[in-house]
Amino acid sequence: MHLDGAKADSRLLRRMMDCVQYRGPDDGGVHVDEEVGLAHVRLSIIDLAGGHQPMQDESGSLSITFNGEIYNYVELRAEWLRKGHRFATQSDTEVILHHYAEKGEACVEDFNGQWAFAIWDKRKRKLFLSRDRVGVRPLFYTLHDRTFLFASEMKSLLAYPGVPRHMDPLGLDQIFTYWSTLPPRTIFRGIQELAPGTSLTIQNGKVETRRYWQLHYPSQGSVRTGPQAERDYADRLMELLVDATRLRLRADVPVGAYLSGGLDSSVIAAVIHQYTDTPLKTFSVTFDDPEFDESPYQKDVSRALGVDRHEVRCTEEAIGQAFPRVIWQTERPVLRTAPAPLFILSRLVRENGYKVVLTGEGSDEMLGGYDIFKEAKIRRFWGARPDSKMRPLLLKKLYPYLPRLQKQSPEYLKAFFSVGEGDLSSPFFSHLPRWKMTSMLKAFFSDGLRAELRREEPAAPLEADLPDDYSRWDPLCQAQYLESAYLLPGYILSSQGDRMAMAHSVEGRFPFLDHRVVEFAATIPPRLKMKALNEKYILKRASESLIPDSVRNRSKQPYRAPEGKCFFSAGKGRDYVEELLDPKRLQKSGLFQPEPVQKLVNKFRSGRAVGIKDNMALVGILSAQLVSDQFVENPGARS
Amino acid sequence: MRANVRKFIVDNFSFGREDVQFSDEESLLEKGLIDSTGVLELVTFLETKYKIHVEDDELIPDNLDSVTKMIRFVNRKSVQEASVAD
Repeated sequence: MHLDGAKADSRLLRRMMDCVQYRGPDDGGVHVDEEVGLAHVRLSIIDLAGGHQPMQDESGSLSITFNGEIYNYVELRAEWLRKGHRFATQSDTEVILHHYAEKGEACVEDFNGQWAFAIWDKRKRKLFLSRDRVGVRPLFYTLHDRTFLFASEMKSLLAYPGVPRHMDPLGLDQIFTYWSTLPPRTIFRGIQELAPGTSLTIQNGKVETRRYWQLHYPSQGSVRTGPQAERDYADRLMELLVDATRLRLRADVPVGAYLSGGLDSSVIAAVIHQYTDTPLKTFSVTFDDPEFDESPYQKDVSRALGVDRHEVRCTEEAIGQAFPRVIWQTERPVLRTAPAPLFILSRLVRENGYKVVLTGEGSDEMLGGYDIFKEAKIRRFWGARPDSKMRPLLLKKLYPYLPRLQKQSPEYLKAFFSVGEGDLSSPFFSHLPRWKMTSMLKAFFSDGLRAELRREEPAAPLEADLPDDYSRWDPLCQAQYLESAYLLPGYILSSQGDRMAMAHSVEGRFPFLDHRVVEFAATIPPRLKMKALNEKYILKRASESLIPDSVRNRSKQPYRAPEGKCFFSAGKGRDYVEELLDPKRLQKSGLFQPEPVQKLVNKFRSGRAVGIKDNMALVGILSAQLVSDQFVENPGARS
Repeated sequence: MRANVRKFIVDNFSFGREDVQFSDEESLLEKGLIDSTGVLELVTFLETKYKIHVEDDELIPDNLDSVTKMIRFVNRKSVQEASVAD
């Protein structure tokens, strides 16, 4: 949108589309109306023949470009038909236009779905952008030279002539603290991310954002408990999950499911199997290394349900080979290789002729599944009696899959997980060890980067972003909020989710992230989410008789992937690894100190690097170098 | 021994980063130089280099959390193990 009134250029719009062709290989279009231009690449899923975009309403005054799904479009459409509206297509896109025409910006509050869209309201000369509640679909924007640009991926914005290509030091600092950037900041200076649950309008040259939804928990102690309440919570949760899954099977193409072998994806697969007529095909990742592999559980579930299962074996070689492309897709540094197997998995889905998959994402955040929640519970329990010799030993129980931690003495365990003075009253208590450990990797930052960070105006403190009554929530709810508001959209749904699936033109759908499930889960008493140290207790209760006990009762294994060995073998790094971590290239990007990185690389070359911290440092530095190489230093090489 | 121990820490934990300087007395935990894997890397180094055997109950910060503590611990172990061998 040109704020100076110049006419939008359809050739430039096509250039921006070309960069993200994989997000929509089925169809595409451009719509120019004076100073505004909309573009769209389409992955056809609903109303294959009629859903062409950008779409106009019948008066021609509203135009839309939309990525995502409004799952309750059938019900909304019926409502408008009753009120005399006429529809030209069967698509959910047209329902958005009708809903906006009647309700304006508040229309999004009625949507059940995952979306990023822009509506050009010609009469009001207003551009309206919106992103779904939890941040499933991405949306970035920038204001450059009196032109407001927006896109699903940042590479489209960078393709616009003159948009600067600079890494944002504070963005990098955030990733090396929180594992993700915090919206509106991104890894590129000047490019902003529209936060989940937020809408943006631009009218008369003025840009305004408005948060229309935020995750919220009840005050501590205000929820109903007791045996009957437990049954009621479990029943209601399952009822909502079944409906959320049913809605997410709405598509005019076949829908598959990911099956990791864990509780969440197994529950979704079982719900599809038991409550719908959809013939189910499932897709799984397997690993050679039993430390990561979950195929025995995947087989248990697919056998018990009698569903088709397709698998792809992710070798260290394949992960190392795919990694540069993975970072091209994530468009930001990452600290783990875990996105790579999901990139490989979405290729398998596409090769099997599928373009929609349901997965279990969101369950760990909403129902209390992550180890960080248990770790915080133990640390808080121990912090109340700091001299206890027995309490820190619970930490060993927490990480049965980390053999090196099992060998530690109580004294060292106390040292690693110690509860510092003032920690207990911190609003970020649960996340302090993770953020502290990750921040240590910043010791690799170059002097130049540190100097830039000192010059930057510091980001607003995270406290300022917390809901007003956050301090009155139960500690588990506070920890859940931090995971759901930051890591979920900033890493899980983006770097591991949308970006990996869309790389092969696959759309992920997430029943646990239906806003009705999310809002209901927030009201479940914390002790039913985590009973003692039994995570996602209420989901296990709700899924009794639905999935095999071997899966329901297994101890949680977080999804992880091999790391250092993917990049080094026989005393040498892969070609691109050696090249990007070479002192000359490190000097060129200016992000990290060459000599310490060389020492780290030597540790990997000699096979001495085995710990989490070394692996995170390697993956973080390598991926930041890849971002710098692909987007800043040599942008023409790939795009 | 002091030089070897310091070199091991620099090569494997601090990576020679300019802002991560540590004295012989400073705690490796407080400096953020060591994690649960680091403790085991350190023990493997001491066992291999100085031919000692570290028992599970000796894996404590009192023995391993600074250069000085490590040197003292290795010296004590070497004497003990030599006397057992005698």
